[in-house]
Amino acid sequence: MSPRKTQALQAVPVNSPMEDWLRMDRMPHIWCPGCGIGTAVNAFVRAVEKTGIPREKIAVVSGIGCTGRVAGYLKLDSFHTTHGRAIPFAIGLKLANPELHVVVFSGDGDLIAIGGNHFIHAARRNVNITVICVNNFTYGMTGGQVAPTSPKFSMATTTPYGSLEAPFNLAHLADSSGASYVARYTTYHVRPLANTIKQALSKNGFSFVEVLSPCPTLFGRRNRLGDGLDIMRIFKEKSIRRDGLSTDAATVDLKNGPIIVGRFKDQPREAFLDVYNDAMTKALGKDRFRPYGPVTMRNPKGDGDGDGGR
Amino acid sequence: MHSIKEAVLTGIHFIDGDVACAEGAIAAGCRFSAGYPITPSTEVVERLAVRFPMVGGMFVQMEDELASSIAIIGAAWGGVKAMTVSSGPGISLMQEHIGLAVITETPTVWINVQRCGPSTGLPTLPAQGDMMQAQWGSHGDYPTLALCPNSPQEAFDLTIRAFNLAERYRTPVLVLLDEAVGHMLEKVVIPDADDIEVDARRFTDKPPSEYKPYECSEGSMVPDLAPVGQGYYFHVTGLTHDERGYPIMTADTQVDMMHRLMNKIDLEDVTDVRESEVDDCEVLVVSYGITSRVAERAILDARRQGLRVGHLRLVTVWPFPEQIVRDRATQDSVQRVVVPEMNLGQMVREVERTVAGARPVRLVGHPGGAVHDPNVILEAILEETS
Ligand SMILES: Cc1ncc(C[n+]2csc(CCOP(=O)(O)OP(=O)(O)O)c2C)c(N)n1
Ligand code: SF4
Ligand SMILES: [Mg+2]
Repeated sequence: MSPRKTQALQAVPVNSPMEDWLRMDRMPHIWCPGCGIGTAVNAFVRAVEKTGIPREKIAVVSGIGCTGRVAGYLKLDSFHTTHGRAIPFAIGLKLANPELHVVVFSGDGDLIAIGGNHFIHAARRNVNITVICVNNFTYGMTGGQVAPTSPKFSMATTTPYGSLEAPFNLAHLADSSGASYVARYTTYHVRPLANTIKQALSKNGFSFVEVLSPCPTLFGRRNRLGDGLDIMRIFKEKSIRRDGLSTDAATVDLKNGPIIVGRFKDQPREAFLDVYNDAMTKALGKDRFRPYGPVTMRNPKGDGDGDGGR
Repeated sequence: MHSIKEAVLTGIHFIDGDVACAEGAIAAGCRFSAGYPITPSTEVVERLAVRFPMVGGMFVQMEDELASSIAIIGAAWGGVKAMTVSSGPGISLMQEHIGLAVITETPTVWINVQRCGPSTGLPTLPAQGDMMQAQWGSHGDYPTLALCPNSPQEAFDLTIRAFNLAERYRTPVLVLLDEAVGHMLEKVVIPDADDIEVDARRFTDKPPSEYKPYECSEGSMVPDLAPVGQGYYFHVTGLTHDERGYPIMTADTQVDMMHRLMNKIDLEDVTDVRESEVDDCEVLVVSYGITSRVAERAILDARRQGLRVGHLRLVTVWPFPEQIVRDRATQDSVQRVVVPEMNLGQMVREVERTVAGARPVRLVGHPGGAVHDPNVILEAILEETS
């Protein structure tokens, strides 16, 4: 068994083997030994099991990247979309079918660089979805280019003399854009991460979980951080948990520490659909407004009701 | 299946093409739209924003056209009929997601109210400059289904047809209006809901254990969809995939997938070409959209002067109706073919390719900003080519 597979199976509760949740006919997966993405997937599955949400009501949407492959390995209704656009796809899916728990699982480049505009607007709009961002500080899939999360002066193939730009603090970005729930953990923190994802899934509104994750093959090697285990050691030694800390103070310094983790924000505000239904009822009156309700209002077979939906 | 009464504004209306298009979408069962404002298409979504809440639908103004064009794909997978609407620069931004809708076989409708390009061009004035983009705008090979209305009435009718074809073939369908049709006020008759045929979404009969997302039943080239949230656990990807929907990075898989994608549309079913006095015509005019109405005037004038002029109006512009154009253009009586269009030569290339030198083909181009002067088309019709 390859090291990556060992890692993928370790942290899973025995009562429901990880295999149940994966498309085993697609194994082996593409992730490198020591990569943190599998650990994030484990935490997610564990979280889903704990929520008790019926499995068929969870849909996963990914963009493009190493993390973008997550959707393809999970045995759920799953969507592998285009680079940067997982969030607006998820918004369409959720608004069409509000019964679903829609989870976006994607990378830092995907969600914050090319998809950055969608990220801030989704937080502002507060549609009830959960976004899990695997932040490995680089573009893994394309070979280790600089990302908007790369630490200043870190090495990447497109910044061979060091990155010159300051990285985003994703938690702060999500918070200031209006997210209801904001947390950060690393792949070292498997249990708290799973608990946090569980919490995020149960929140009404836009919830955001950042998962700092090793990319030993590219970011780790190029920045002399060692292999996957070495990076996990950095996560372990330099992390400080500060629940409720103002997100602007929740910084990440891989080199000198600290790496601040925890649940920073848990301030539910009315989610988009609730606002919509309330406001339209007021504007149009009960007689004229046809509430934008759950999918049970429509016939899934699409025959009979004539409007193919609502 | 028919449209539903409460949603359809049955009656005689005096509305523009944009509003008619929005009403057509509602009559066809569309209940989700995402868009970003851009002239001259904005009135479509403004109408939807007013009307959707009364019929159980929703319009969301997204942050840009990239978001809009993929939100409708997400909504379609959520089980709702969905469309997006844009013009010029916005349509250019949406191209990647037309490809995504093609490869994932997502029934969606894309309204393009054409304006002048390139770039910001003439935002408030008409053009037919996106005809080739409609077929070739996204990367890779793919079949395009595109309809071209020449009046507000047709904007209504063809938007319904676009939704029906999208469901029938599980593919994006484009409706190519232009600023003139979009902003033209005319009589539009909206029939009784019972008289509006609507194709329902086709879901699989199979249980999850037997279902494969891209497997076709006997005699069909269009796979059935599975409803989301019902335990099918299907996977959808923009990568080349097999019948299971799993990405397979091989040339063989690409060959199989492309073969089906390129052949799944029944040409006879989708082709709509209107003929007028084409038997025995000496000159054949091939046109579409607003230009067909301008050409009609020139054709009448030419006929008054004793010339036998036939008119082929392409309502389905993609897939290009090769068979009909070839048969008509090369019939014995035809001496020449005239193609007026509000661009500098796009669909004329298809006509030339189809006629393959058997008859002279004359372009009457116009860079857009105004419709043709009918006399310019008339001159071209009358002018003998040596
Ligand atoms: C429009 C577009 N531009 C560029 C690419 C190439 N590309 C694929 S993945 C990727 C970066 C992925 O980085 P990230 O989201 O951080 O994922 P990771 O691989 O690190 O998990 C890029 C640039 C693409 N697929 N589409
Ligand atoms: S390249 Fe990096 S992110 Fe991608 S699988 Fe390998 S370790 Fe993981
Ligand atoms: Mg990354």
